Amino acid sequence: MKVIIIKYNAGNTQSVAFALKRLGVKPIITNDSEQILKADKVIFPGVGEASTTMNYLIVNNLNKVILELKQPFLGICLGMQLMCKFSLEGKTKCLGIFDDLVEKFPPKNKIPHIGWNSLTNLKGPLFKDISANEYVYFVHSYYVRLNKNSIAETNYINPFAAAIRKDNFFAVQFHPERSGKTGEIILKNFIEL
Amino acid sequence: MLAKRIIPCLDIKDGQTVKGIKFEQIKVVGDPVELGKYYCENGADELVFLDITATHEKRKAWIDLVKRIARKINIPFTVGGGISNIEDAEKILNAGADKISVNSAAINNSKLISDIAKKFGSQFVVLAIDAKLENNQWKVYKNGGRIQTELELFSWAKKAEELGCGEILFTSMNHDGSKNGFALEPLKFLTESLKIPLIASGGAGTIGDFEDVFKFSNVEAAIAASVFHSKEIEIKNLKKELSRNSIPIRL
Repeated sequence: MKVIIIKYNAGNTQSVAFALKRLGVKPIITNDSEQILKADKVIFPGVGEASTTMNYLIVNNLNKVILELKQPFLGICLGMQLMCKFSLEGKTKCLGIFDDLVEKFPPKNKIPHIGWNSLTNLKGPLFKDISANEYVYFVHSYYVRLNKNSIAETNYINPFAAAIRKDNFFAVQFHPERSGKTGEIILKNFIEL
Repeated sequence: MLAKRIIPCLDIKDGQTVKGIKFEQIKVVGDPVELGKYYCENGADELVFLDITATHEKRKAWIDLVKRIARKINIPFTVGGGISNIEDAEKILNAGADKISVNSAAINNSKLISDIAKKFGSQFVVLAIDAKLENNQWKVYKNGGRIQTELELFSWAKKAEELGCGEILFTSMNHDGSKNGFALEPLKFLTESLKIPLIASGGAGTIGDFEDVFKFSNVEAAIAASVFHSKEIEIKNLKKELSRNSIPIRL
């Protein structure tokens, strides 16, 4: 199985690669369109700032390539946010796979939202063998509201979408690669889709 | 609900964890990777690895160790010690660490905080502050607590927040090593004045000390080293006990 991790300017693609290797999968980290189009699975991880990362995608024509993909695709953290329509971080026009807006948490509690928080309202194959209220690791200041595509929910300041899905496009706000055993199961579920 | 985090801290010298360790399960006693894995499997929410030698010549070996940690560990980890510029920070990020902690270098050049935050995001920068209460003032120290600075704890933490720091890790030098509990009053004051998460460090001796720090000061996380290494406190038991006392914990 050919699993691609999309390479980009910021963020730590390595920790996702290491997590996959722990599952016995050898991923390829690349920004090459040809290879991405031919992959069985594509992962778009993300730590960084929305506008600079979006620019990187555009410069490398990856914004168009991603939209053409029919194979299972998983956006992580910033990756999820960039799959939405617009992010208020850097007022960034994003990929638009999902119709949602990415907003900043209101300053009613500590920001960023850092740490282990629980998942509820789990839906679909990504969360096979995961029970409600299991904890996963989050690090983010921007979030997506609950919407018709939500497949997992978390509460911080207000309830928000911990994961969303549309057809082959899956996206999670948390970091499965850093979420212990629970995260490993979620990554394994994705690989086995 | 967001859980309070329990974080073991591993001080590392020449590739080995220092401070008394009694782990018969671990193959190589003192190997930071094996110890990190042990904590990981026994309920730690995060790990901190501090290079306490941090000499220039040994930097490559340190980066290699960070890579080994990143390969094995499936929870977030912070790396600190000897990070003095953006290139150091980038090497640690590329090696697979989730966060770095800066201390003395940020005191000498506070722009380091904003530079790293701009390039890699606020979530990547933890400011570690060592401070000691003297004449009713929390004086900030640098170089591993050896040199007193002009800075005062609360204003320095606030300034770091403005510069884009993602978390503050405050160690009370008065409490560190005492095993008499955390510095509750300053932690409470600090966490109430900050908009970013605060990690408490220094003074953990009993499970009750952790309960106190979370109940009294509402900090987001607590760190300890020797009580975990010596197995005086087992993280699993600690977390069960905290959860039983209605503190939100990942079990």
